[in-house]
Amino acid sequence: MQKDSTAKTILVAAVLCVICSILVAAAAVGLKPLQEANKKLDIQKNILQAAGLVDAKASKAQIIEAYKSIKAEVIELDSGNVMEDMKPEAFDQRKARKNPSMSEVIPADQDLGGIKTRSKYSTVYKVMESGSVKMLILPINGKGLWSTLYGFIALSPDLQTIKGLGFYEHGETPGLGGEVDNPAWKAQWSGKSAFSDDLEPMIQVIKGSVNPSDPQKQYKVDGLSGATITSNGVTGLVRYWLGADGFGPYLKKFQEQ
Amino acid sequence: MSSIKKTLFDPLFNNNPIALQILGICSALAVTTKMEKALVMCLAVIAVTGLSNLCVSLIRNFIPSSIRIIVQMTIIASLVIVTDQVLKAFVYDVAKEMSVFIGLIITNCIVMGRAEGYAMKNPPVASFIDGIGNGIGYSVVLIFVAFFREILGTGKLMGITIFAPVNEGGWYQPNGMALLAPSAFFLIGLFIWALRTWKPEQNEES
Repeated sequence: MQKDSTAKTILVAAVLCVICSILVAAAAVGLKPLQEANKKLDIQKNILQAAGLVDAKASKAQIIEAYKSIKAEVIELDSGNVMEDMKPEAFDQRKARKNPSMSEVIPADQDLGGIKTRSKYSTVYKVMESGSVKMLILPINGKGLWSTLYGFIALSPDLQTIKGLGFYEHGETPGLGGEVDNPAWKAQWSGKSAFSDDLEPMIQVIKGSVNPSDPQKQYKVDGLSGATITSNGVTGLVRYWLGADGFGPYLKKFQEQ
Repeated sequence: MSSIKKTLFDPLFNNNPIALQILGICSALAVTTKMEKALVMCLAVIAVTGLSNLCVSLIRNFIPSSIRIIVQMTIIASLVIVTDQVLKAFVYDVAKEMSVFIGLIITNCIVMGRAEGYAMKNPPVASFIDGIGNGIGYSVVLIFVAFFREILGTGKLMGITIFAPVNEGGWYQPNGMALLAPSAFFLIGLFIWALRTWKPEQNEES
């Protein structure tokens, strides 16, 4: 058979495709358990980092140990009720957002975070210490300049103080909007007040630096220089999720307890 | 023996894929903001160029010339996917940061260029060494660029503080531009300038 004949060409192509697909499939299937474990560990690390319980260099053992103090539960956002029959380990909020029966469209006038749809349910994480809640960690997401930012915000049990904020996934410009990852900027959030007395979210990222003599300074965080749209995006998404359309109903119930 | 050495070391400075052939610039801009990312990228590219050259060379006598490019692409793409899966399984943090750029090794001209330009005509061992050599040649430039971008842009190397930056209470005002793509162009330009001053035979005739 000639090397360049049609039959030979098809044969070579077919054999090559089969071999390559076996190789790719074997790698994907064989390495999946390791990848899944990494992914889970990464999410746990992000939750713990937002709460300031571990730092970026924490080892696997430290993460697993620190995560033992966290109790996760799934809640329904509209009512604020805890969904006892939904297991937090099995619930994937980002998948749920894409599933029409699990998600809902956010009316444009409420959509401060610019995310258009959301999952009807959300996981919330409580950091427990000797039986009582020490910190409440809520997942948040919303649009910056280029990308959707995904992160967590940690609140004190009386909901008055922000304990930390961190994003684990975004595609903002490195050095500008990407500075949402800057530890110095994130550290500013800790100790700020999130709400007014009637649980209205007041926190915002302003343009420029916070004036130390400003009477409202506990509600304000320095803007990211050169990244006004990302800064405004962060204000929008934090206010949306902490507001009455986001975790509001749950937070009201949580406060009454 | 000397020809093996020549195949391996020529691409480092005498025939550097980035500096002389001006291939693979895209990823040299994208993954050089941190040394750690650049090192992982280098290892991935060395593995892919080496193995793709080896595979292409092994079957070079069976590849019909009408579909040779697509055959090479299929082999390269498969190797890149496997590399990506391995990185996600073993160095998840870095792999997550590099996101699409591992996948984009498929379109890295160096890999394709060596498969078509060398492996199609040479025996497997020489091709494998040529692939490794070109991968290392690419790495030399990447590490050079990443070294200066990370230290000028953040005052750190491999995440360890060398110059204490102002926003962490030190004295060094980080150069934000070093973290943006244009700085890599300047650095590659300087690298090529230095290389051609050292080896004037690389200058193009005007």
